[in-house]
Amino acid sequence: MNAMTKEWIEVGAVDDVPVRGARRVHTQAGEIAVFKCADGSLFALRNRCPHKGGPLSEGIVHGHGVTCPLHNWVIDLSTGEATGADKGCTPQIPLKVEDGRIFLDGAAIAKLAA
Amino acid sequence: MGKQKLVIIGNGMAPGRALEKLFEAAPGENGGTSAFDVTVFNAEPRVNYDRIMLSPVLAGEKTFDDIVIHGDGWYIKNNVTLYKGHKITEIDRTKKTVTSDTGVTEGYDKLIIATGSSPFIIPVPGHDMAGVVSYRDLDDVHAMMLAAKKGGRAVVIGGGLLGLEAAAGLQMQGMEVTVLHIMPHLMERQLDPAAGYLLQRSLEARGIRVHCKANTKAIEGEGRVSGVRLDDDTLYPADIVVMAVGIRPNAGLGKLAGLEVNRGIVVTPDMKTSDADIYALGECAEASGQVFGLVAPLYEQAGVVAKNLLGGSAEFHPSATATKLKVTGCDLYSAGDFGEAKDREEIVLRDPTRGVYRRLVLKDNAILGAVMYGDVSDGPWFFDMIKRGTDISEMRETLIFGQGYQGGASADPMAAVAALPDDAEICGCNGVCKGTISKKITELGLTSLDDVRAHTKASASCGSCTGLVEQVIKLTLGDAYQANAIQPMCTCTDLGHDDVRRLIKAKSLKSIPAVMQELGWKTSCGCAKCRPALNYYLIADWPGEYEDDGKSRFINERVHANIQKDGTYSVVPRMWGGMTSPAELRAIADVAEKFNIPAVKCTGGQRIDLLGVKKEDLPAVWADLNAAGMVSGAAYAKGLRTVKTCVGTDWCRFGTQDSTGLGIKLEKFLWGSWTPAKLKLAVSGCPRNCAEATCKDIGVICVDSGYDIHFAGAAGLDIHGTILLGHADSEEEAIEIIGALTQAYREQGRYLERIYKWQRRVGTETIRAAVIEDRANRKALFDRFVFSQKFAQIDPWAERVAGKDAHEFAPMAELAPMQAAE
Repeated sequence: MNAMTKEWIEVGAVDDVPVRGARRVHTQAGEIAVFKCADGSLFALRNRCPHKGGPLSEGIVHGHGVTCPLHNWVIDLSTGEATGADKGCTPQIPLKVEDGRIFLDGAAIAKLAA
Repeated sequence: MGKQKLVIIGNGMAPGRALEKLFEAAPGENGGTSAFDVTVFNAEPRVNYDRIMLSPVLAGEKTFDDIVIHGDGWYIKNNVTLYKGHKITEIDRTKKTVTSDTGVTEGYDKLIIATGSSPFIIPVPGHDMAGVVSYRDLDDVHAMMLAAKKGGRAVVIGGGLLGLEAAAGLQMQGMEVTVLHIMPHLMERQLDPAAGYLLQRSLEARGIRVHCKANTKAIEGEGRVSGVRLDDDTLYPADIVVMAVGIRPNAGLGKLAGLEVNRGIVVTPDMKTSDADIYALGECAEASGQVFGLVAPLYEQAGVVAKNLLGGSAEFHPSATATKLKVTGCDLYSAGDFGEAKDREEIVLRDPTRGVYRRLVLKDNAILGAVMYGDVSDGPWFFDMIKRGTDISEMRETLIFGQGYQGGASADPMAAVAALPDDAEICGCNGVCKGTISKKITELGLTSLDDVRAHTKASASCGSCTGLVEQVIKLTLGDAYQANAIQPMCTCTDLGHDDVRRLIKAKSLKSIPAVMQELGWKTSCGCAKCRPALNYYLIADWPGEYEDDGKSRFINERVHANIQKDGTYSVVPRMWGGMTSPAELRAIADVAEKFNIPAVKCTGGQRIDLLGVKKEDLPAVWADLNAAGMVSGAAYAKGLRTVKTCVGTDWCRFGTQDSTGLGIKLEKFLWGSWTPAKLKLAVSGCPRNCAEATCKDIGVICVDSGYDIHFAGAAGLDIHGTILLGHADSEEEAIEIIGALTQAYREQGRYLERIYKWQRRVGTETIRAAVIEDRANRKALFDRFVFSQKFAQIDPWAERVAGKDAHEFAPMAELAPMQAAE
């Protein structure tokens, strides 16, 4: 089971992601959205709104949140949880930055496929 | 003392509701209830779903997932042990245990039998042949949908509620449908002959054949049904036969256990069977000599059972019920008892042209029953009076016309809503009733429409019930709620749209961060409501100076296509004035084939829509369309959409002016402009109005003497004919007026406010004075519009084909097949 050791997968440069915007990463386990907020912080979530599966990467990013383009649910990027009165959660993918490059947690991506 | 054990046999809507009530009244620390350990046995291999909604599933309007009431998670969260696909075969009342067909035995302290009912199958020859189905659960619906896929003919035996819903569903699935009904008219238990006749007529108009007084002799076929023969020897060929003649309670298990059983398992008003530790609930129970099939009384029973399990002394007494047919386009409503008798009177209203029929049955100045067809809007009002036994002698003369005609009601607009019972449905989209709204307001201390929307979903979908919801808020909060107080733009600021806009001009604010800083925004970078609004105000107020902020635009305006529910996009090329050419059509066809675009459709605005385009393909699709001379049709924009035209004097023998030519000129003049909400135009060549200009935001009707300019029409959630704004003698004047009108709307309209709502707020006279009568002002508005168009008329598709915003379309990375941990 030593394969469980964390494997970080490089997906691109920090500068590839526009501020207050998102980019998509295609994986076998479905799409992942990488967000960059106005303060420069980065987050990665599965690119599916917990409501009706809307592509969160296409939403408007504000504060540490994103508004889903399909029905305006607001998802907290730091937890993946729906905010306000809506209930639901989309899985978060741990992310790290080294030398201006973005890495995603491979084990967490593998878990999405499960 | 340990928890008691509650076992429920059956997992339908009634026991589901009983559990909800139980968990609500005596909640456990970690979900479920503190009073019982709950175990449910379900003979169907499923969770609890809304059987009432099977008809929309059959009709293809909903999926199974849409109608699930309690998903697997609900049982886990509430610590309910659910055995799916286990049928209880034995109840041992001395040992207090139940045993399932798979050999599971569970002990109980309290037991609820909720085994429901079975469809009644008429024992005619051939009734057990393949191709004969009943209409009761999801399996039946799947069988019908499968049969319907092959098309062909369906015969439905039974013209009651279920039979007709099945017939309509099968027809929607493409089958040729005949309904056989043994009684002289349809739905005789809910309708009188006159309403039954109207219903039959409207079903026949939809193409469903109806044969009443039809007595089935045999179902014919060799191994599989091929037809239904009546006793007069008529033969209806059929590929599938649906039996929907009624239900009978599943009381067998109760009988086996030695409980008192008549038609159903007999219960006293407290819902207990002849064994005080055993309740019977739902369609299997017989209370006061009646069995029940509609959901309202069953939910009432569920509440009684839940209360009594917790030591209460609630009682169930059957009361009047109301029925609605869930067939799109057939509006009927019946409530209470409408049989004829000596001591009863009736009031009838008929309007043959509109297909409206209303009948009220009265006794001693109270309404006993109501049947309505065509216009059922007053149904809940009548039903409420039936239940309350309201004395109607004061309003008897106008009673039949409904609530709107009662003197008191029209004087006080709140009275109608105040009079509604708590279970009256306010929001049809999300099924929210009045009681739920007022309860949430009080419980959670809600004070605004937005809060109420967020917590109850009332008016959160189509919004057409917003007014009603506001009235409920006002009734609950009293004068504390002021619907007309200035609504802040969003929770990021206390300022309303008009204030923000005035301050943008007054303080020369020219960027979103500047607005937020100077006007004291409460959030760091706004939200999805205020940012698109601010972006529009800045772009409209500072043409050429403000740089558009794509990140503050809704996705459709950011990628210049319309997002669809599956994340793909639709693409609509511009066709000036609705004109196209063989070369353009060929290019569209080529694009559709080259990119495997799954759907090509004509829009309501005389354009062609390519649906299901992958985001990555958008730039290449645009490149090909650009190459054929086409630009973005802006079908996604809060801006100019389309100018629809008729063929005018070019071709039409009635045409008075060149409507197509004017339409093209207008579209070439207006395209690219951003407006508060979408803007749709039309130009008709004569008052016959083939371009339907009188329901558009701006419409032109050509007449011999020139051009009538109309505006403020609507044909969406609201429907309004346009208002005549003025007359132009020449094309040039028409274009100047329309340009000025558009600019006035751009400067005064609140973001997302359509032109008709702006007109209502500002008033036609003010607008007419500004763009028709005051020539200097008109010219100034027109010039400002022309100036701003210099910066707006750039094809967004061509820009992106050239490489703008490339990051939007390509994924950042494509990860190879899973390389991560196993």
